Amino acid sequence: MTASGWILIALFVAAVAALTRPMGLYMAAVFEGRRTVLSPVLAPIENGFYALAGVKPNQEQNWKGYAAALVMFNFLSAVSLYLILRFQNLLPFNPQDFAGLPPELALNTAVSFVTNTNWQSYGGETTMSYFSQMAGLTVHNFLSAATGMAVAVAFTRGFARKSTTSIGSFWIDITRATLYILLPIAIVFAIYLIWSGIPQTLAGGAMATTLEGVSQDLAMGPIASQIAIKMLGTNGGGFLNANAAHPFENPDALSNFLQMVSIFAIGAGLTITFGKMVGNERQGWAILGAMALLFVIGVGVCYWAETQTTPALAAANVNPLSGNMEGKEVRFGIAASALFAVITTAASCGAVNAMHDSFTALGGMVPLVNIQLGEVMVGGVGAGFYGILLFVILSIFIAGLMVGRTPSFLGKKIEAREVKLVVLAIFSSPLIIMLLTAVAAGTEWGRAGPLNAGPHGFSEILYAYSSGGGNNGSAFGGLTANTPFYCYTLAIAMFVGRFVMIVASLAVAGALAAKPITPETSGTFPTRGPLFIMLVASVVVVEAALTFFPALALGPLAEAAANTLF
Amino acid sequence: MMQHFRAAAVLLGLFTLLVGVGYPLAMTGFGQVVFPHQANGSLITREGQVVGSGLIGQAFSRPDYFWGRPSAAGKGYDGRSSSGSNLGPSSRALAERIQADAARYGGDPSQIPSDLLTASGSGLDPDISPAAARFQVPRVAAARHLDEAKVALLVERAIVAPPLGVLGDARVNVLELNLALDTLAPASSTATPVD
Repeated sequence: MTASGWILIALFVAAVAALTRPMGLYMAAVFEGRRTVLSPVLAPIENGFYALAGVKPNQEQNWKGYAAALVMFNFLSAVSLYLILRFQNLLPFNPQDFAGLPPELALNTAVSFVTNTNWQSYGGETTMSYFSQMAGLTVHNFLSAATGMAVAVAFTRGFARKSTTSIGSFWIDITRATLYILLPIAIVFAIYLIWSGIPQTLAGGAMATTLEGVSQDLAMGPIASQIAIKMLGTNGGGFLNANAAHPFENPDALSNFLQMVSIFAIGAGLTITFGKMVGNERQGWAILGAMALLFVIGVGVCYWAETQTTPALAAANVNPLSGNMEGKEVRFGIAASALFAVITTAASCGAVNAMHDSFTALGGMVPLVNIQLGEVMVGGVGAGFYGILLFVILSIFIAGLMVGRTPSFLGKKIEAREVKLVVLAIFSSPLIIMLLTAVAAGTEWGRAGPLNAGPHGFSEILYAYSSGGGNNGSAFGGLTANTPFYCYTLAIAMFVGRFVMIVASLAVAGALAAKPITPETSGTFPTRGPLFIMLVASVVVVEAALTFFPALALGPLAEAAANTLF
Repeated sequence: MMQHFRAAAVLLGLFTLLVGVGYPLAMTGFGQVVFPHQANGSLITREGQVVGSGLIGQAFSRPDYFWGRPSAAGKGYDGRSSSGSNLGPSSRALAERIQADAARYGGDPSQIPSDLLTASGSGLDPDISPAAARFQVPRVAAARHLDEAKVALLVERAIVAPPLGVLGDARVNVLELNLALDTLAPASSTATPVD
């Protein structure tokens, strides 16, 4: 570990912290329906969209209406994306003449992008037409992010409002999230990314003749516009197979740094949006504090682990002091690769700038554990925030049990109905992850997948379902996932991991909104200090440890302990 | 439910037009007009011929060129098949591959800079570390019948510091270094690749 590595990590934390408040306050203005600096340009477009869609700007929904609208929108999204992918050969912008995707891959990819997972069982440059990339995948990079933000804001309204049934309008929330937040930032970011060297062209690629006289065919495309929203919306699905390790997706260490910041920008800001909307900004900072605590621990472990050697490097007699560069790019080096891996899994982004499969046993376990913790360290846009709110409620409930008082948070009494729904939401994803991992490990179809032998092969399976169920999208990429078995089972994992949690979260929001706000007393558990931060972080860790420790013991922990070749 | 259906279908259609067609095409137009070099892949031409992209590595095997890292992209530096090796930390196949790659440099692996023995994440890494470039100076200078000091100076000039000093690692772009080398002393057309 080097001083410059730690300075990089400190710079990253400082950059995110500096962006948090402006982002948070701006988003609060957007979701409270106030005018913003962009209103003169965007309000006419917004109102036009509502008029054409038959959406009444003043009409709100109760939680069931909100959930029904969300499910309908996401269902239509998945169907239309499936059809675009299936029949891309009949559609324009296909300079490489790619065939339509087979049904299992089209289904897997449609579910993957609609659920903000962006798991990719395919290689972008060998599979996807530009039409599929733009009018299919890019669209859902925006809309799945907007969906997550909408749920986070609806949840927030559950605390901000009292004695009401309405938690906002799904149509208005996704429209405003896309128009006022995602699109303007994506445009600015895309312009920077083109300047930095990411191609933005409709040409089918370029041919070069190398200095040694061999021809090299370079895949390109309208990449920059997709990468901007891929990061900002914590989607993570690459235009090209190697994702953000590919120089055309991530040309240098500065583009890498800004992509890392953009992964966290909205998720961190939402904590302050929450604080602002419930009238208690400090509460937002306390929640961000719990996230930051877990994040920094993960970065430290992963960075340390990647500076160590591995059994394979040691057996080949590579200098042990040079750390583990297998699967990493020189322009990033070990520190920026380890940091990226922790960020992308702390959020539910899933972009990778180095191959997690080739990380050291413990270094690769950090991203895996991050996903299993529920991606609540900043988290996916929206998804991370409603995720941490679920853990906050659970923590408050546990604290209430310990001191024997009725738990309450921000003046809302936490009662049996909310706790049941929270438990359903929190455990839906681990349940499907463990179940499908067991099925894959127990069948020939599943065991045909891993590239690596020994415990690492099991880690590849466990990582895949964790990534799917956690809606992350990164992979231990050696796994051959483009088979009907993996395509279908991962689609199930992604679907359950996304929508059970969303609907349960909206139900909690509805239940909370209906309650009155009771004033805090001296007996109320304090929720803005270090005790609260430690409690929430501990509950997050204990829940995941109790669930996943046995599986981790069979995979990365066994590999680290064995310290031998397979 | 019908009302939900209408709102969902219309908004999905409108957003597809806006962020799925309008946005990427506007960015393409902007990129092609304002930053055409970058938007078209940062291609490098020499004597009117495209010799590669400044951002994408390419395979070098002749002794009179600097060599890049092992590549898992297709059969090596395949610009249409980016990929890492995905071999795990305790993979016997990885240990064997490293030993084979080390043999190319004809030495004890512990003396070879590790980026020359490890495959990059993309398989298209255009860079090597300064240490990896310096390590190859004697071979390249001998193959070109050049003074080692001259080639070493070329390497030092090709080192790019990371942005702000800390955002990444120092690097040397292999293609650009080799182009500079060809300018210094044209490659002999009879040199044979080392495998």
